[in-house]
Amino acid sequence: MEAETVPNSKANCCSEEIACKHCGEPTRSTDFCCTGCEAAHSAAHAAEAVTSFASSAHRQENGDYRLELAVEGIHCAACIRLIENAVADNDDVTHVRVNMTTERVSYSWQGAVERGDRIAAQVRKLGYKLYALQDASGEAGSEQEKILIKAIAVAGFAAGNLMLISVGLWTTTSETMGFATRDFFHWIAALIALPTVVYSGRPFFNSALSVLREGHTNMDVPISLAVILASVMSVSEVMRSGEHVYFDSAVMLLFFLLIGRYLDARAKGKARESASTLLSKLAGTAAVLEDGHLTRVPIKKIKGGMTVVVAAGESIPADGTIIKGESDVDLSLISGETMPLHTYVGSEVFAGTLNLTAPLEIMVTKASENSLLSEIVRMMEVAEQGAAKYVRLADRAASLYTPVVHVLGALTFVGWWSVGAEWQVALLHAVTVLIITCPCALGLAVPVVQVLASGKLLKEGVLLKSGDALERLSMIDTVVFDKTGTLTVGKPVLLPGSYDEADIQLAASLASQSIHPLSKALGAAYEGPLLPLHGQEVPGKGLEAKYNGKRVRVGSRLWCGVQGVSEPTTDALELWLSVDEVPKAHFTFSDQLRSDARRVLDALQSAGVTAHLLSGDRLSVAKKIADEVGILTVKADVTPTEKCAYLKALKNAGHKVLMVGDGLNDAPALAAADASMSPSSAIDITQNTADIVFQGDKLAPVFETLLTARHSTRLVRQNFALAILYNVVAVPLAVLGYVTPMIAAAAMSGSSLVVILNAFRLRRKRGNI
Amino acid sequence: MSALLYLVPIALTLGLIGLGAFLWSMKNGQYDDLDGAAHRILLDDDDEEEEEEGN
Repeated sequence: MEAETVPNSKANCCSEEIACKHCGEPTRSTDFCCTGCEAAHSAAHAAEAVTSFASSAHRQENGDYRLELAVEGIHCAACIRLIENAVADNDDVTHVRVNMTTERVSYSWQGAVERGDRIAAQVRKLGYKLYALQDASGEAGSEQEKILIKAIAVAGFAAGNLMLISVGLWTTTSETMGFATRDFFHWIAALIALPTVVYSGRPFFNSALSVLREGHTNMDVPISLAVILASVMSVSEVMRSGEHVYFDSAVMLLFFLLIGRYLDARAKGKARESASTLLSKLAGTAAVLEDGHLTRVPIKKIKGGMTVVVAAGESIPADGTIIKGESDVDLSLISGETMPLHTYVGSEVFAGTLNLTAPLEIMVTKASENSLLSEIVRMMEVAEQGAAKYVRLADRAASLYTPVVHVLGALTFVGWWSVGAEWQVALLHAVTVLIITCPCALGLAVPVVQVLASGKLLKEGVLLKSGDALERLSMIDTVVFDKTGTLTVGKPVLLPGSYDEADIQLAASLASQSIHPLSKALGAAYEGPLLPLHGQEVPGKGLEAKYNGKRVRVGSRLWCGVQGVSEPTTDALELWLSVDEVPKAHFTFSDQLRSDARRVLDALQSAGVTAHLLSGDRLSVAKKIADEVGILTVKADVTPTEKCAYLKALKNAGHKVLMVGDGLNDAPALAAADASMSPSSAIDITQNTADIVFQGDKLAPVFETLLTARHSTRLVRQNFALAILYNVVAVPLAVLGYVTPMIAAAAMSGSSLVVILNAFRLRRKRGNI
Repeated sequence: MSALLYLVPIALTLGLIGLGAFLWSMKNGQYDDLDGAAHRILLDDDDEEEEEEGN
């Protein structure tokens, strides 16, 4: 995939064939050929959206414009009210509504389109973040859900009424109720069932048709065939006043399967929603200096030779060389290093790193699409293509199941015919086999478990981003951890030492004015009142301020006048406080392990999972952490490429690997792993790559998700076993012609209920750590 | 058995009414915002009617 070929979106949205919206490669069923394209497309999209939300506004019939935006930070009634009132205060606004479930706001206004941005700006001023919604892919998902719900409603209504009639038919014989009454019941049943089959069966028929056209087969083929054959056969029975009609089975089959299908669509929709929320936050604009004035340019459009101005606290948009300014740059996203790097004129800086202390002017050496960042993204894509080949359990089951069922049906027909039965009777028995083997339980087995599992995990702050993540996670036997930000919290914490209250108050007051990681840690460590200081940041050295006529400094050892060793002798991170160049206090910091890291690692070990540590940091630092948590295999000083290669080597050795990481340098490795997790503190692109994102500053979710994954996969397998067991009992009966409509209906609902109840056991069992 | 001749249609009609009501409520957007309503009830705002318009 070439990043240069960003086609204009108009050319793409109207084509009938599904082509990747970014690179134009033909793709199946989704809008993009790979997640990389999706990310790039949305980045370009988001960059435009920052300058103007209004461009995505729709013109309504009455001439008003309507805009829907995603809002971040809606928590309570007050939020709804604040936003709605702020927007409604504009005289030209005709409608505003906040949707709390989807976290969206929609409003319409009269007059010029551009007004939309002014209104959005008002909401932003309230402190809510707004994002332009991604393309219609999400809408298409919810549209599909709506179709399914309607189909379920219709099928449910029909199934209920058919049952009413069927029970009447089953509990008595045609002799006692009379042939006329029986025929009347049959006709009513046909009247209810046929429109229902046509309406509610469409999701299955459409899917079956489209795979048949491609020359494949899936679960929908036997479903469609069974439903259609059962209906057609029953109609012919009704017309010739036959005894057995299978309308109830056909409709009930649809009803149960639609429920499974809906749950599946919901789970997928949820995963897609969380992925697209992450995507819409990617990228943005950069300030470019042209002919003496600044313009904001989408990062995608930055070219080599441009001069970019990066304020303190902004991330650097492209690789380049510093031509003006001096600052500290946080490389942790790229390298995993905790300490920022001091940079000055002539230093090389990389896209995606964070400028901490002072503004910089950078001469861009490579366009953003050739930057180190893009290099990593490209590596990620390559790795992802390898991982995309996973075939889900249910699909594997279906590929075995379908031919077996059809052969059984055909054999039944041939068998009955060859022993001299009439062809109608032979067909009747063959169709009963198809109905009874229909994978009702199979269709429900996976979605029910999945919905329950993801619901349970969501409550624990774990977000599943892909539907098959749990299945893949359940198979892993090796877990590879990144160090900084994954095993550790990723933020240095002040260690206890020899300093008094006055020292730390003075130092914290000064330090709280900087976003340097050590300053932040110092600021966070002191909770008392701060002194009113006006500090100045000296890049690469520290902070300085006048206090009571004295010069107070917080910063590096030398700068604070400490004599002797110029470099710290240990790995400890440190800051000094000096007053008038006389050192007063010494603060040491260290990156803390997540509080439960040791316990989680032990638990993983006892669950039969080997842990590895893979870090971009120095060996000594990595080794120390590994010893603390009990990891035996450590590899330090690795580049992103080596991380990815390490993962591949493990996989080639036959291991199933889970990668847990948070940095940009982990992204390719995350993509290469069998399953991947990242903490929600990770940067967007990494969260976007990971299958699973967990919140909080504990490591326990990693283990708990693994337990849930294993448990749910076990339940899915049990469900399959139950479905097969039921088939083993029912199929011989059907082949021999003993199955009546009542038995078929009872067996079908019975097996579905058992599967659902079994899935609910997931709720009862709790992970223990 | 002649009772069936009107009981069955009555049963079907009742069912159809329920189905119709459900489909209507879905089309009407009753299920679009499941969390908001619980919070909205806490607001006593005079402008509420104005804001609801056009939905």
